[in-house]
Amino acid sequence: MEGSKSTFLENYNVTSSDLEAYLGEALSRGGDYADLYFEYRITHSIVLEEQIIKSATKGINIGVGVRVVSGEKTGYAYSDDLNRENIIKAARTAAFIASSSAQGGRIGIPNPLAQDRGLYSVPVVPAALEITHKIRLLEEADQAARAYDPRIKQVQVSYIDETKHVLIATSDGRCAWDLQPLVRLNVMCIAEENGQRQSGYQGGGGRRALDAFTGELDPKELACESARQAILQLRAIDAPAGSMEVVLGPGWPGILLHEAIGHGLEADFNRKKTSAFSGLIGQKVGSELCTVVDDGTIPFRRGSLNMDDEGNPTHNTVLIEKGVLQGYLQDRLSSKLMNSPLTGNGRRQSYDHIPMPRMTNTFMMAGESAPEDIIKSVKKGLYAVHFGGGQVDITSGKFVFSASEAYLIEDGRITAPLKGATLIGDGPTVLRQVTAVGNDLKLDHGVGICGKDGQTIPVSVGLPTIKIREITVGGTEK
Amino acid sequence: MQARQGAAIKKMHELKEIAERVIKRANKRGASAADVMLREDDTFSVNVRMGEIETLKEAISRSLLLRVFVGKRTATSHTSDLSEPLTDKLVDETIEMARLTSEDHSGGLPEQSVFQSEFPDLDLLDRSWENLKPDQRIDLALRTEAAALKADKAIVNSEGAAFEYARSRVALANSLGFLGDYEGTVATLVCVPVAQCNSGMQRDHWMSAARHRSQLESPEEVGKKAAERAARRLGARKIPTCQVPVVFDPLVARSLLGHIFEAVAGGAIYRRGSFLVDQIGQAVAAPGVTLVDDARLPAGLGSAPFDDEGVPTQMTPIIENGVLRNYLHSAYTARKLGSRPTGNGSRAGSGVVTIGPTNFYLKGGSQTPEEIIASVKAGLYVIELIGFGVNTVTGDYSRGAVGLWIENGKFVHPVQEVTIAGNLRGMLKNIEMIGCDVTFVGSIAAPTLKIGNMVISGA
Repeated sequence: MEGSKSTFLENYNVTSSDLEAYLGEALSRGGDYADLYFEYRITHSIVLEEQIIKSATKGINIGVGVRVVSGEKTGYAYSDDLNRENIIKAARTAAFIASSSAQGGRIGIPNPLAQDRGLYSVPVVPAALEITHKIRLLEEADQAARAYDPRIKQVQVSYIDETKHVLIATSDGRCAWDLQPLVRLNVMCIAEENGQRQSGYQGGGGRRALDAFTGELDPKELACESARQAILQLRAIDAPAGSMEVVLGPGWPGILLHEAIGHGLEADFNRKKTSAFSGLIGQKVGSELCTVVDDGTIPFRRGSLNMDDEGNPTHNTVLIEKGVLQGYLQDRLSSKLMNSPLTGNGRRQSYDHIPMPRMTNTFMMAGESAPEDIIKSVKKGLYAVHFGGGQVDITSGKFVFSASEAYLIEDGRITAPLKGATLIGDGPTVLRQVTAVGNDLKLDHGVGICGKDGQTIPVSVGLPTIKIREITVGGTEK
Repeated sequence: MQARQGAAIKKMHELKEIAERVIKRANKRGASAADVMLREDDTFSVNVRMGEIETLKEAISRSLLLRVFVGKRTATSHTSDLSEPLTDKLVDETIEMARLTSEDHSGGLPEQSVFQSEFPDLDLLDRSWENLKPDQRIDLALRTEAAALKADKAIVNSEGAAFEYARSRVALANSLGFLGDYEGTVATLVCVPVAQCNSGMQRDHWMSAARHRSQLESPEEVGKKAAERAARRLGARKIPTCQVPVVFDPLVARSLLGHIFEAVAGGAIYRRGSFLVDQIGQAVAAPGVTLVDDARLPAGLGSAPFDDEGVPTQMTPIIENGVLRNYLHSAYTARKLGSRPTGNGSRAGSGVVTIGPTNFYLKGGSQTPEEIIASVKAGLYVIELIGFGVNTVTGDYSRGAVGLWIENGKFVHPVQEVTIAGNLRGMLKNIEMIGCDVTFVGSIAAPTLKIGNMVISGA
């Protein structure tokens, strides 16, 4: 990317003077701040099912979002193309939010600067060659899943990639662009035995090109893991109901932090005092074993970004240090209104959406316990290693996450596999119940999708093995 | 008004022109068949909070969804940029992609014989929304929130209120000569107040959605209901693990219908990924349970004259008096399963045709919600469900719940931090009472439902 130019300048001839004109129009009725978000996103997806390549899809999304901020108010409009007239029209519509006359003065926009901190890999492969490569990945996964066990009756493999060109220009004179890749491969298996059916699911990816799919993310590995889960579920027994001791395995169970802690620390809810965490900064919300961060700067991770969707660099933000609440995840608006430093967490789904505080990669730092010792220390409890998804009620602080692979722990030993069950707890207090943290921090495989106010964005989570003294497990066995 | 009318006709004409241009290009470049859907939405939304505008958003968004066939191979594409050079290039690339996929014998456009050229007027459009100026639209949201804030002393804060409006135009063309279009309006009014007491904060919401101005609940009604819903949650507590009857309020029962929809969608059936596979003609629910997918409901939020493949829509009985009658199909899933398309082909998202609901709802019974609640000696009235603990392959069900504890037919205190669990097969057969209060806020709807017993997991 070094030395290259943004696609908007290269292929669409968007110049600094155009950007100045659009921002000028956006602030024509006053307003404190305006920004432009140019996006050109190409997506490809391929689906394999019933052992054939069923479909291939290409998508092109192009547009510009114009935002005008006046005090706490935001005006927003967008254009679905880069036509000058349409952008000016959008700027005028967004300007409607402000109601005084323009401040005057010329907005100086420098030449766009590439934001490259080496967080992604984007090798260039000829398109025609690439699609045959991708098809091979899907076929490898399909064969591996079917070879895993004859009880695997259905395999669905889907591949999706995205290349997103972004250019952001702001009325405070910043102008930056980024090229953000993202890939994901998912394998879903259905196992059938004696009329009983069970499913398994595994996926992986990151901010890379096809080089993502090696090692743990090798299509054959993902496929065997998906098949293993489906087969395991054939002999799963009903999960227990009630409060009990729970051990969470490393990696994807970090979804606990995302739901229980992360959302409640997004600055917008705290600025409005509608979060269960409002006003708890500096207070103890967890055991001393717990240090939780949101780090958007880890190379190749699904939640990583060179800059956030407001053009600010991403950070490694400590949310909880040794159990004490440290800070919030900020976007520009909340950071201004709360007079707090930016954390690079202003994100949006695409040009047709308003940015807001969101997570990137959220995880708990490793502790000192050996994972085997943690399991050995449990007399009767639940060991959950794989989860479907989760959700939180920000205001009451109650959160859930649903285990798709879990086992009973009896006298320090992992025993019977259990059917899926939802775990429910209270965000501001659950970390106080953490009684052991393992030395085995793992980040997930790169499949997380986070939804908020109708906007979805890619995120990542991580966790070492942890033990929670008591949490409610929603099974059916009393 | 006349001028605006003319502009609307011109816009639709333009969409149809692009659709025909794209089909022509696909034919010329070697596609053996193709269809394309164009969609244009004029959208307006305003969010207000604590009496002030928070965000105001207005835009016209367009999308093109293309599908081509080269023999029995297929590929799809979509774009927001409808300019000729870009769509021409995309047509060519889509045909090239199709050549690289596999032959699929169930693939292809719907049979020529299913297409129609005349459609009934489903009353989807209300032009009077256009008379509502931006200031009046903002005022609807402000009034809604104000009503919530003054409805109850406990309402001290708010996540805000919103008014959203969209006027959508759809045009669809295919290489068999079908060319259709329709237009509709829809508006929603939603309010999310926050109630507070010593023990903490609670929020809830209420919303109304309608195609016609006259059908939308008033701002005062929406605000007041939202406030009541939030305030009644204050002081919620955990309860001990137990097995009791559970009553779902209509907005929550709606989510159950969503799971049933997933389980009767043709795609889940041919993949054998549904707990309702191989059960046509069998009793899958309690007698009295009747469920339909009716795309022809006048002014229905999910109504449309034809689906996203151009197949005329219909009323499909899904469950009649407890007996499973039909699955829902696109042309593809119908061919896979030797059935007929039901007009449920959907291109939501990426352009690949999947199955979508139209107006998918459980028909109301004779009891009022009050009568249903009064029938419970000890049980839970569920007012919110969170999480994704539902497996439609096995029917296993476990979700986080918020509710009101019922004793001797009366609400005694709110409940939170519990889960409810069971299996959808058992839950359907165990529906004991059906309310008369079917509530539409989207294309899936349900009345109040009472399920005989479920496991509630708590302290």
